[in-house]
Amino acid sequence: MPGHVLEVEDLWVKYYTLSGVVHAVSGVSFKLRRGEMLAVVGESGSGKSTLAYALMNMVPKPGKIVRGRVLLGGTDLLTLTPEELRRVRGSRISIVFQDPFTTLDPLRRVVDQFTEFLMEHGLDKAAALRVAREYTEAVGLPGRVLESYPHQLSGGQKQRVAIAMAISLNPEVVIADEPTTALDVIVQKQIMDLIDDVRRKYKSSFILITHDLALALERADTVMVMYGGYVMEYADKSELVRDMRHPYTRALFESLPKLGQRGLPSFLPGYPPDLRNPPSGCVFHPRCPLAREKCRAELPQLAEVSKGHYVACHYAGVVG
Amino acid sequence: MRLAHVFRDAYIATGLAIIIVFVVLALLADVIAPYSPVESVGAPLRPPSPEHIMGTDNLGRDIFSRVVYGSRIVLAIVALSIALSGFVGTLVGLVSGYLGGLLDRVLSFVMDSIYAFPSLILAIALSVALGPSPVNAAVAIAVVYVPTYFRMIRGQVLSVKNEGFIEQARVLGLPPSRIVVRHILPHVSRTMMVVFSMNSADAILTEAALSFIGLTVQPPTPDWGFDLYKGRGFVLDGKWWLMAYPGLCITLLALGFALVSEGVSRITGARLR
Ligand SMILES: Nc1ncnc2c1ncn2[C@@H]1O[C@H](COP(=O)(O)OP(=O)(O)OP(=O)(O)O)[C@@H](O)[C@H]1O
Ligand code: SF4
Ligand SMILES: [Mg+2]
Repeated sequence: MPGHVLEVEDLWVKYYTLSGVVHAVSGVSFKLRRGEMLAVVGESGSGKSTLAYALMNMVPKPGKIVRGRVLLGGTDLLTLTPEELRRVRGSRISIVFQDPFTTLDPLRRVVDQFTEFLMEHGLDKAAALRVAREYTEAVGLPGRVLESYPHQLSGGQKQRVAIAMAISLNPEVVIADEPTTALDVIVQKQIMDLIDDVRRKYKSSFILITHDLALALERADTVMVMYGGYVMEYADKSELVRDMRHPYTRALFESLPKLGQRGLPSFLPGYPPDLRNPPSGCVFHPRCPLAREKCRAELPQLAEVSKGHYVACHYAGVVG
Repeated sequence: MRLAHVFRDAYIATGLAIIIVFVVLALLADVIAPYSPVESVGAPLRPPSPEHIMGTDNLGRDIFSRVVYGSRIVLAIVALSIALSGFVGTLVGLVSGYLGGLLDRVLSFVMDSIYAFPSLILAIALSVALGPSPVNAAVAIAVVYVPTYFRMIRGQVLSVKNEGFIEQARVLGLPPSRIVVRHILPHVSRTMMVVFSMNSADAILTEAALSFIGLTVQPPTPDWGFDLYKGRGFVLDGKWWLMAYPGLCITLLALGFALVSEGVSRITGARLR
């Protein structure tokens, strides 16, 4: 499809554990435009990381992608051979993890790890060095960082290295799974600014995974709210801010601290669902202030309520 | 752990010195040994004297020359067996640990079965089955020690495998072979070294036992273990030197390896038994 670098269709992922089947990702679909930043927002356990792994077709055991398609530039990553997949990973789709403290091999210099990766994707030694230098600079690191061992770098610097590697082969899609959660506040902002920068400069599409709706609304073009493995709401950021439809999205929004607000923000009572044993009907119904009989019985489908704005709620039209 | 560190350790330095003396003997046997080790060069059963500093055996052969040449066989067998077991055990441990699954379960079962066997009996049985020869003895000894490497290396791989940088290597599209060799192997090298030194101390004694019962070389080739065996009939007649010198060499060489092993486990802080 022209205009879309990534199309995810009806993706289902389950973990087959000894204590039961975990329904981690259930029927997720979305499309990503070139240069777009999509934020995937949800509480802990809502299936965000599982979705990220599924997009790279590397869901860890005992997980399995049971259905769906992940079309990257028209190729379904779920049908590729391991060798074909290996060539796609890191070059056409890449990921930046949450914890920069462990992503670099402590025994080897940054430059060796960087060039090793580039050479594995077909660059010769000289080109690899050139690219490594170029992208180290692009993420705002001094050149000497390349000669360093990981323990000589700060967390923020390591995360910059991880970002540099993730973007260095100009992939169509870069996934960032909570890229700033492990860092302190000032560094968090710097890293997010950097992601904004490289996104503009290299026109790559980003999927930002976060539990922080405020961050998503601040940085993303599009927001996808997940709960219990399902997509609850999906819309352009401006549309979402203007017309928040889903009770869960609203609850998340209400729980954000706001300027000039007195007292504590409201918070959502109850706990996220046990995905081994998800609630019947709408997964959100045990915590939903609007839940009615129909919600317990029937799964709401994701439906377009206005152009490009999708909501999975029986009463999405009613509320508001 | 730097290399300088390793040699500063008194245990390792002493052990290495002993081993090096024997290696020099083996390499320069032609120069150092005063006589042919396999020919009668004097009166039989003579006690140590200026011409024959360790005496002569019942066939009139110079014991010192036999001891010097005998170091070749011992060292060759031990070196070959620890190289073989180290290579095979490490490789299989890496692959099995990294890939996991059914292959890992089968290999672990096989290795545990070998490990559960009394090692000396297994080495003797294999050696008998393969037929007496230095290479077969080395293979038999190697088989006995492969599971030690396998278990230690596999265990290390299982923990390193879950490190973030391994996952990072996978998402960057590095092939499994490269991940294992460049990203996991360096992290298990310390363990390898400990197992390596520990096994060589054991291997030397196993080799001596195989030699003693005639499973390594054919007479008249000089061999400490076998010379020890042949000398035993003369001790009661007061001819102590036939057994004493080969026995002393085995003990010394085993001590050398044991000291290195002890030193290595001290400085790596890893006690494996
Ligand atoms: N390896 C695994 N084996 C079994 N269950 C798993 C595994 N990984 C994740 N899960 C389960 O799948 C569900 C989704 O987990 P996932 O890690 O995708 O959530 P998440 O949204 O990324 O959460 P967080 O914000 O805590 O990172 C959870 O119920 C989790 O317990
Ligand atoms: S479907 Fe029902 S339970 Fe689910 S979010 Fe809508 S109102 Fe709440
Ligand atoms: Mg996660």
